[in-house]
Amino acid sequence: MFGWEFPPFKSGGLGTACYDLTKGLSNQGVNVTFVMPVAPEGANAQFVKLVGANNFSKNVKLRKISSVLTPYQSFSSYSEALSKVRASSNYTTSKDKVYGNNLYEEVYRYSIAAADIAEEEEFDVIHVHDWMTYRAGINAKAASGKPLVAHIHATEFDRTGGNPNQIISHMEYQGLRAADVVIANSNFTKQNVIKHYSIDPDKIKVVHWGIDPENPYYGINHKSPFDDEKIVLFLGRITIQKGPDYFVEAANNVLKYVPNTKFVVAGSGDMFERMINRADELGILNNFIFTGFLKGADVHKAFQMADLYVMPSVSEPFGLVALESLKNGTPILISKQSGVSEVVNHALKVDFWDVAEMTNKIVNVLKYPELHSELKENSFREVQGFNLDEPARKTREIYEQAIIIKR
Amino acid sequence: MVSVCFYFQVHQPFRMRRYPIFDIGKKRNYFDDEKNIEVLRKVARKCYLPANSLMLDLLERHPGFRISYSLSGVFIEQCEKWAPEVLESFRKLVDTGRVEILSETYYHSLAYLFSKDEFKEQVLLHRKKIEEVFGVTPRVFRNTELIYNNEIANYIEGMGFKGIIAEGWDPILGWKSANFVYRPKTTRNIRLLLKNYRLSDDIAFRFSNRGWAEWPLTTDKFCQWVNRYNGSGECINLFMDYETIGEHQWEDTGIFDFLRHLPGELLKHPDNSFKTPSELIDTHEAKDEIDCHHMISWADIERDLSAWLGNRIQQSSANRLYSLEKDIKNSGDQQLLDDWRKLQTSDHFYYMCTKWFNDGDVHKYFNPYDSPYDSFMNFMNVMNDIVIRLKSGTKTASGEAAAGEVKGDDMGKAL
Repeated sequence: MFGWEFPPFKSGGLGTACYDLTKGLSNQGVNVTFVMPVAPEGANAQFVKLVGANNFSKNVKLRKISSVLTPYQSFSSYSEALSKVRASSNYTTSKDKVYGNNLYEEVYRYSIAAADIAEEEEFDVIHVHDWMTYRAGINAKAASGKPLVAHIHATEFDRTGGNPNQIISHMEYQGLRAADVVIANSNFTKQNVIKHYSIDPDKIKVVHWGIDPENPYYGINHKSPFDDEKIVLFLGRITIQKGPDYFVEAANNVLKYVPNTKFVVAGSGDMFERMINRADELGILNNFIFTGFLKGADVHKAFQMADLYVMPSVSEPFGLVALESLKNGTPILISKQSGVSEVVNHALKVDFWDVAEMTNKIVNVLKYPELHSELKENSFREVQGFNLDEPARKTREIYEQAIIIKR
Repeated sequence: MVSVCFYFQVHQPFRMRRYPIFDIGKKRNYFDDEKNIEVLRKVARKCYLPANSLMLDLLERHPGFRISYSLSGVFIEQCEKWAPEVLESFRKLVDTGRVEILSETYYHSLAYLFSKDEFKEQVLLHRKKIEEVFGVTPRVFRNTELIYNNEIANYIEGMGFKGIIAEGWDPILGWKSANFVYRPKTTRNIRLLLKNYRLSDDIAFRFSNRGWAEWPLTTDKFCQWVNRYNGSGECINLFMDYETIGEHQWEDTGIFDFLRHLPGELLKHPDNSFKTPSELIDTHEAKDEIDCHHMISWADIERDLSAWLGNRIQQSSANRLYSLEKDIKNSGDQQLLDDWRKLQTSDHFYYMCTKWFNDGDVHKYFNPYDSPYDSFMNFMNVMNDIVIRLKSGTKTASGEAAAGEVKGDDMGKAL
């Protein structure tokens, strides 16, 4: 499996997804050789720590390829990371670490290394996660003749709000075409793959994501420091994909009805400044609290403090974070343009662009404790039905089918 | 001797339109006329008109055929506005003299559970409407969704009714059979007719279910089942929603043919007959008394009130609604009173039901909202507007929006 480094070092859901899937597969008795790009020490905050690795049974073998790649990277953020690596002392002394001059070159270099690993290792199926590993998968398939399963967690169209980078979307297309089976994390993603890449619908299997029921942070029950003020939470990357501007507009409307509401924004991203500016422009900055990027226990504390989690994503392939919220006992208002809205009933749902309806729903939840508690109780019960075994079991079945297809 | 007694429930709520928070204090039109017209006309085409025509035909062909209906006041009102031909076809049926109309609350409400005064007023309003439209006076009462217990029976007897209808639910029957006429415990003389839910549901729910061992249900087979009760029962009460015919069970399931042949086939047996609820009451003494303390209903597997008042949002919205009663009635604003009463229709609370995962499927099917929570929010927004109207008093009784903008936080103060 060509995946990504594990939590807590992550900038989004992809690391968690890889970790959870590997854990689930390992419970299903599947032997996994997990290959991941590992940045050299001193490169940036993203260097890997194999914190979770001890939790795996001996079915899991880790292989690292030295690389500056991280999920959700763009051409510019890659250059930034690269310059840091080159500036670090390790770099000048090591001979083998010759990184690509740009993101595309690095993905290519990574894929060559992948082919070497494919020749060394014994396996039945190649599983790759999102576009940066697709070329690695294609090379590994060519080197081994084994079936390729391309997992798609987000398309380039989701990430960019519909303005894809042509090189990236082309690489995405190549990987999806070359795959024997595509795993989409929702029907929403499946439809996007069909729409943008004309992939045969029969080849695309939907595996909805689950959530790890074991997490020491769920029980903390962190209390809000505010007595009378309700907290509405935004948690995620502050990028166009996540709809932060709709959140600010809705907040502005909500304050007309429930004036002492606090809006907590947890996350970082390229729209951070714009979000602050807009809140300031509307004269509601005092009602906002920006926490920056949160990790570990802090993520869960943020959920536990909040009365409502709002996920106004423009395009959310799955939205695991919504399940995290429910696990922490916080009701959710999620956009209908999300995969998670397909699988959770006890949630408020709204079109991401419908700021009026978003306002309507937030105000009602804040005003009526009976609505809040009914939602909270039912959704908490509902989320107990999600685990890692079900997606892993489905993935295992897909492997078995892929092996048969390839024969 | 066994008599088959058909009672069909006919009802359509005034569904609300999408009423966002911004409309509070600004807009008075709560109901979705367009949607209500669309549903009424669709059901009229698939059920009311063809079913009424079939029933009229059967009444003409079989002098022994009898049926009864309960039509909610809000249904009649919608027909008067948007489908007078439907009302006319019911009138023709009643004019045969062999079709009985039952009593219920005008607004198909849960009023009995919250306010006996309001309940009584609605029953009287309904009676008045039935007298106006059909020229008959109901003698037998059926409460919304067959919500029933001893106390209701007692109260209804006090209002002068001869009979009351309830679910033949096993826990209240014990070893007794639903196929006799009873008297509710604590009452003097009123009769209780109990639904034979097995045979009723064979038609209403299982008729088109291909997974059911008895599918397809033929007239022959059904008549054999009825005949089995000869000697061990006096009445088979088949109570169901009228929309079963053609709407829940589509025409292509054969439901119309099934009913077309049923009277002829049943009447072949000389001991069988059809009776209206009143005829049953007039011709049968109470076999025994039935003791029912708890509220029962005909809904879901639980047969309790949980479909309308099972969760917090249902209980709270209903309590808040009925808490306005005194002020609404004191306001003297007829339009406000009527709007408030239309919010009492049980369907609005049914939409807020969160028991999704077992018999909740049925709720989902009939629910115009995406979720029970959406339904609650819409309801509360409308109720907040009603509160604002109440507070602004008689000066806005003209139906015009209150002068000036109502600020958002006024809504906060409203409740």
